[in-house]
Amino acid sequence: MSILDMTAVGLAKAIRAGEATAVEAMEAVIAQIEKTEKELNCYVTFDKEAALERAREAQKKIEAGELTGPLAGVPVSIKDNMCTEGIKTTCSSKILENFVPTFSSEAVKNLEKAGAVLIGKTNMDEFAMGSTTETSAYGATKNPWNTAHVPGGSSGGAAASVAASECFFALGSDTGGSIRQPASYCGVVGMKPTYGTVSRYGLIAYGSSLDQIGPLAKDVTDCATILEVISSYDKKDSTSVKREDTNFTEALVDDVAGMKIGIPRDYLGEGLDEEVKNAILAAAKKLEEKGAIVEEFDLSLVEYAIPAYYVIASAEASSNLARFDGVKYGYRTKEYEGLHNMYKKTRSEGFGAEVKRRIMLGSFVLSSGYYDAYYLKALRTKALIKQAFDRAFEKYDVILGPAAPTTAPELGKSLSDPIKMYLGDIYTISVNLAGLPGITVPCGVDQSGLPIGLQLIGDCFKEKNIIRAAYAYEQSREFEKCPLGEA
Amino acid sequence: MANTISDETIEYVGILAKLELSDEEKENAKKDMESMLDYIDKLNELDTTGVEPMSHVFPVQNVFREDVVENGDGSSATLANAPESRDNAFVVPVTVEA
Repeated sequence: MSILDMTAVGLAKAIRAGEATAVEAMEAVIAQIEKTEKELNCYVTFDKEAALERAREAQKKIEAGELTGPLAGVPVSIKDNMCTEGIKTTCSSKILENFVPTFSSEAVKNLEKAGAVLIGKTNMDEFAMGSTTETSAYGATKNPWNTAHVPGGSSGGAAASVAASECFFALGSDTGGSIRQPASYCGVVGMKPTYGTVSRYGLIAYGSSLDQIGPLAKDVTDCATILEVISSYDKKDSTSVKREDTNFTEALVDDVAGMKIGIPRDYLGEGLDEEVKNAILAAAKKLEEKGAIVEEFDLSLVEYAIPAYYVIASAEASSNLARFDGVKYGYRTKEYEGLHNMYKKTRSEGFGAEVKRRIMLGSFVLSSGYYDAYYLKALRTKALIKQAFDRAFEKYDVILGPAAPTTAPELGKSLSDPIKMYLGDIYTISVNLAGLPGITVPCGVDQSGLPIGLQLIGDCFKEKNIIRAAYAYEQSREFEKCPLGEA
Repeated sequence: MANTISDETIEYVGILAKLELSDEEKENAKKDMESMLDYIDKLNELDTTGVEPMSHVFPVQNVFREDVVENGDGSSATLANAPESRDNAFVVPVTVEA
């Protein structure tokens, strides 16, 4: 067995036992990156020597007994919208092409405290706006299962790096499905926790009321372990929640007897690919065989989540991205006349088309005369969507459905029709609006060999329910391994 | 209901968004925004009378702290990222004529 076949938790255990070292693990990852990265383009920033040096440092500390955390020595990739001190952080945008943060995001610090070793920064849709990783200013990432297809997005580099064994696990961020959808397309496990669980400090904001950081990993055990490490109350994030119980690994139990699982009928209707539907229902059957009580129900309001999301996310983005003005950091246009012209030219040259599209829409829906009709209307819709979930969770412990309507689309087929692309987020987006936790687990492949993802959604602060269901499901079957992930 | 975005509206939104769009980009932006708004108008099917707008799912309050400096002087590290700096300050184009 190659060291690359180990899970993050398995590798940490081997390193603790002296059967492997952080340096060997990093060397294996680097060899894999050198083999597959040219084709895949998972990383925006990767410095081989610096990565090796960090691994050597970590190994020394492990041997000295100074680094004893649950992820000590394990190489991790970080999505390029999380600040990393001294390491370029671009958000896959030209406007941040030369930005080197002076501090690290809280989630990254928590990982480092637990001993994880940073490999590099992964590619994403520019400012996390997109579902395919094709809006990156640094080229698209390819799906390791079939390089003619997209890895999903916006955490496409993160998901692909896990699938291709170019890391042992990854951190991504999820505003409308940006962890769960690429995890599903790349056949890995991805999780978005309840809003407020992981500090957003140092995460470059897109839609602040929706953004959450979470893990992408090889299995559910890794996901729960990583989430436990990165969860923390942080006074530097004003929406951080003080949670009493974040011992997520306690939920890694193969027992769903009596668990009530609801499948929204609204998630199985028009637009859902037949093969995806069959795989999802087969997974539900597996959980039923293990003793869960599974039934279909009407969630309602599903078709209103996407329009509400695009109003809210674009509004927040137009405000959040006002800081990119060519003064304090990042790109500045070469020639300009006066301050306002400098702002405008800098931003127009620095942002890509999708980012401009959302800033324009966001500015419009917040403008005087339209604020009530669009922005407040969307916030009222959000309240109704939350109520619909509240009613569902009075009856069910877990909501089960697909992560996306299809498997990964071909490269170049999505960006020409934005609304069609947005519709691909239909099963993930309402989870962000309602602040809920969600996890996706691989549940088979379609006829062309592309992975299908099962999504499990829990009530706020009930991560343990979905981790338990995901773990029990995972125990029930053998997983297909990504061909490009072989060492 | 089909939305129509006028040239004036695109011009105005460009000012709010601090974006300078080429003529071609403006035409595309108009089309994009019209089709997005047509799609967003679906929300009007919903009766939201009496529903409070929900900006956050949990009741969040502002977080206050004492006005005490907790971080050190990071000015030189911060300015290292500036496109242009001089005398420990950001350089910007002239904003006020003498």
